[in-house]
Formats: sequence, C-alpha cells, structure tokens
Amino acid sequence: MTTLEAGREPLIHARALTKRFGDFTAVDRVDFDVAPGEAFGFLGPNGAGKSSTMRMVGAQSPVTGGELRILGMDPGVDGARIRARLGVVPQEDNLDVEMTVRDNLLVYGRYFDLPRDVIRRRSEELLDFAHLADRADERVDPLSGGMKRRLTIARALINEPEILLLDEPTTGLDPQARHALWDRLYRLKQQGVTLVLTTHYMDEAEQLCDRLVVMDGGRIVAEGSPRALIAAHATREVVEIRPEGVAIVEGWHAATASSVDGLAERIEELPDRLLVYTDHGDKVATALGAQGTDLDRVLVRRSTLEDVFLRLTGRTLID
Amino acid sequence: MTAPARRAFGYWAVRYQAVWRAGLVAGVVGPTIFLAVMGLGLGTLVDDQASSTSSLAGVSYLDFIAPGLLAATTLMTATGDATWPVMTAMKWAKTYQAQLASPLGVDAVLGGHLLFMAARLAATSAIFLAVMALFGAVNTPLALLAVPAAVLTGMAFAPAIAAFSALQDRDLGLILWYRFGATPLFLFSGAFFPLSQLPIGLEVLAWVLPLAHGVALCRGLSLGTLALVPALVHVVYLALWGVAGVAAARASFTRRLVR
Repeated sequence: MTTLEAGREPLIHARALTKRFGDFTAVDRVDFDVAPGEAFGFLGPNGAGKSSTMRMVGAQSPVTGGELRILGMDPGVDGARIRARLGVVPQEDNLDVEMTVRDNLLVYGRYFDLPRDVIRRRSEELLDFAHLADRADERVDPLSGGMKRRLTIARALINEPEILLLDEPTTGLDPQARHALWDRLYRLKQQGVTLVLTTHYMDEAEQLCDRLVVMDGGRIVAEGSPRALIAAHATREVVEIRPEGVAIVEGWHAATASSVDGLAERIEELPDRLLVYTDHGDKVATALGAQGTDLDRVLVRRSTLEDVFLRLTGRTLID
Repeated sequence: MTAPARRAFGYWAVRYQAVWRAGLVAGVVGPTIFLAVMGLGLGTLVDDQASSTSSLAGVSYLDFIAPGLLAATTLMTATGDATWPVMTAMKWAKTYQAQLASPLGVDAVLGGHLLFMAARLAATSAIFLAVMALFGAVNTPLALLAVPAAVLTGMAFAPAIAAFSALQDRDLGLILWYRFGATPLFLFSGAFFPLSQLPIGLEVLAWVLPLAHGVALCRGLSLGTLALVPALVHVVYLALWGVAGVAAARASFTRRLVR
C-alpha cells in the first residue's frame, strides 16, 4: 500500500497487522510503513484502532496476526531491544505525581540502564527543552496538564529514542498548551527524530504529519500526505451554510441544496448545517446572497482532513 | 549492566525517600506499643498464673510474645505493601505500564516491586529486633537470624497478596482481605498463645497457613530452642508459599499488563 523511496529501509513495517481481543477485532489487517525522519500519523475517531496499533508498534502488546517489524526486529522476539530504542508518550500521563519532576526523569532513565551522570546531563537538557527547568525540584502533582504532557515527552526522550510514539499528544489541552507542544514536536522532527502519532484532531494531523493514514473501525481507509488526501477526497473549498434561527425547519436542507444546484460538486447534510463542496466557494456565496440568504450564516473555508474523514466514512470525527 | 528487576526496584526506592522518616517512626512505635502493652502489661498477669509455667514452658510472656509478634507483624507489613500500592501502580498511577514501555518486562516489573517489599520487611524486622533488645527480650545471638526468618515469613505472603491485588477492580477486595484475612490470621498464628490451646480443628488449620510456621521459626531462634529438622520444615514450607505466590503474581500481572 505504501511505497517508500528506494534504498530507505522502513523503521516500522506492518503487513496485514491484526489485533483481536476475544471476538472483537480492534485492528483489522492494516498495512503501513514509516520511513526514518518521517512524521507519520494515525487519524481517526475514538475506537478506530489507533491506540491498539500504537501499543503493538511500541512492542507492548502482542500481535494477533500479520507481520510487524520495528527497527528491523520482531517485537515478539526482541521486544526489550526494540523498546530500548523507542520513546513512548501514552494517551494517559503515567508520571509519578508524588515525585519531583527531576526524579521522574531519573527513575525512568534507570529503567533503560543509563548511568546516573548520563541521566543527570540529559535531564538538564530535556528540562530546558520542555520549559520545566524552573520546576525541576517540585512535585509533579500541581503542574498544569500542558506541563505534565511536556514532562511525559521529556521522559520519553531520556534514552535518545530513534522513534517517538505519541498517543493523542494534545488531547485535553487548551489551545495555547497545544501550540506550545506542537512547537516542541516540530523541533524534534527538525532534529531527525521519527514521530509516530495518533490523533483525532485534524488540525494536529495537518500541522505535524508528513504522511498519515485515516483509520475507521480497525481498518485503514485512506493514506497519503494531508494535502494529497484533501485533493483526492475533498474539493478545494467548502461552503458551510447554517439555518436561520435555532431549530431547523423541515425541508431546509433540501431547499438550500437545490438553491446551489450546479455550483456544488457534492453536498453533505449535517444535522446542524449544510456543507457544499466546491472549487469556487465565492461563486456559491454570491449565488446564495443573490437569492436573499443572510451571508452571516455562510462560511467559505478551505477543505480540511475533517472533510476527508466525512467523505470516507460518512461520519464526523468527533461526535 | 544492572539487572532489570533492580532497575524497577530503583523506582520504589526513590519513591520511599520521601516517606522513610515516617516509616522509621512507625517501625519503632508499633513494636514498642505492642511489647509494652502485651509483653509487660498483659505479661504480668500471665506470668503470675501457675498454669503459664507449663504451657509457656517456663518462658516469660514477654520473651514468648516478642518473636511471635516479630513474625506476625511481617504479615501486616506485607499486607500494607502488597495491597493498595500494587493496585495503585496497576490501575490508577499506571506505574507498571510506564515501566513496561521501557526495556523492562513483566518479570522485572514484578520482581522490582517484590524486591522492595522484601527490603521493607528486612528494615522493619531489624528495627523490631532492636526494640526487642531494648525490652530485654533478646537472650541469644541466634536471635539475629530471626530477621531473615521474618523476611522469609513476610515473603511467603507478599507475592500471593500482590497477585490478588493486581486483579482487583475496586478496593473492596483489599478491605475484605484486611478484615477477614489478615486480621484473623494475625490473631490465630500462635503469636499470642500456643496453638495447642486451640481446638484441634483450628490448630490444624493454623499449621496449614504459613504464618504459624514463621512464628515458630522466629520464636525458636529467639529463644534458642529451635531444633534443626523442624526449622527446615518451617523454612521449606514458607519458601513453597513464596514460590507459589510468585507464580500466581506472574500470572495475574501478565493477565493485566500484557494484552
């Protein structure tokens, strides 16, 4: 499914990778490759199989079926050797909140059998990187969600991993904390760290990922760069039309749709609005205005991965 | 290279640095109160009874109860360290999961925590013996061996309790273990009175459970009355419980952590 440039061995190689829990198939025969230095994303709603995939890639969860090689090794055989070269940022922070920031890095570094002086030196750098140097000797508990997340990332970098796995890195953070975190991740990418992340945020996937796969119901439904996915599965622009008042009058969707007939490539009806997919958003807006639609209710915007997801699955990403 | 279990142990050791003073105070105060109230207070009444000379074989009640309490206290220490801390690390703080994202495997994660429990048992038992000495309840150098015997006693329980705690979804099971498991076991272990005082059914039951063997072992060492063959029986029996407990803990940790 995914082709890489010749001569570059993938860091992660999955074919027909499957994870079952009893009768439930969480990950259903997925194929993907991740190249060195790439930022690769799994995009999808909750329950799409992203976290299960990540845990297998992290050599923490046994593979039920298919092929998986990480750093050229089989996680079923060389799990410990693989994990020694990975950094893992789990979906839920599992820092020790009763310890200090610095001790969290110390004990974690010891898991990797790093000498104490190496851990000390790296901790200083990582605390600077995570903007936590002034909180180093405080307990973790009172830190903000964004600070804890940055510490979790700093902790995952203590062994200088070749691949950093991030499971929903910014879920639950406020916008400012999210942007601060993206900035840190972008810097890591510049330094050549391979990033693999899951997200159900479109803007996050667009900001961070060179390439991504869209997952739904345990399967990969599309793959490519954010731009290529939008080009393939959506139009250049989207016109969002909201109804007048709070309640939607019966027949509103159909009536509005017919009013832009001929200008739309595709129309999507959502409970609270109508989406008009077109390469000429302005023309649609002009036509609506000419028919007397209040333009305050009309928004012309670029297509996003959200539109791709809607197109591919018929559902919005976050219910 | 540091052995994987030692690396996981490091976590528990660093964590304990914040509370070791409280642990030390509790380790001194607990035995002091028990030995003062039961050994000296209650002991005065017991030693006055003519019948005690026969049932306690001429030993003062303080000398009788002190090593018994040393052994029985390890059950409480093991219970304290292998219940909520295990459940917290498994379910709430997810410490074990954090460790498993590193090269450490389930055996190292479990081994590190059990090593810490053993270290705590060694520290609390050594403190207990020191308090016993202050009360004049140590009469032979052989009593020093009661410390490793006490660690063995505690480790006959700790892995089995950890196996149980790892599987709990709510802490009700832990509360029930405290009330209906650990507490009766503590009282009917032979620490406070000779097991021969019990009806035969209860006496047999007490000997099936491991704590009575720990009490007998520590008492025999402390009084200097222990014969080799019974000593070996106690040691082997306690070790078997420990080994079975480790096997159970490996199974329950694997079930919870590897999926």
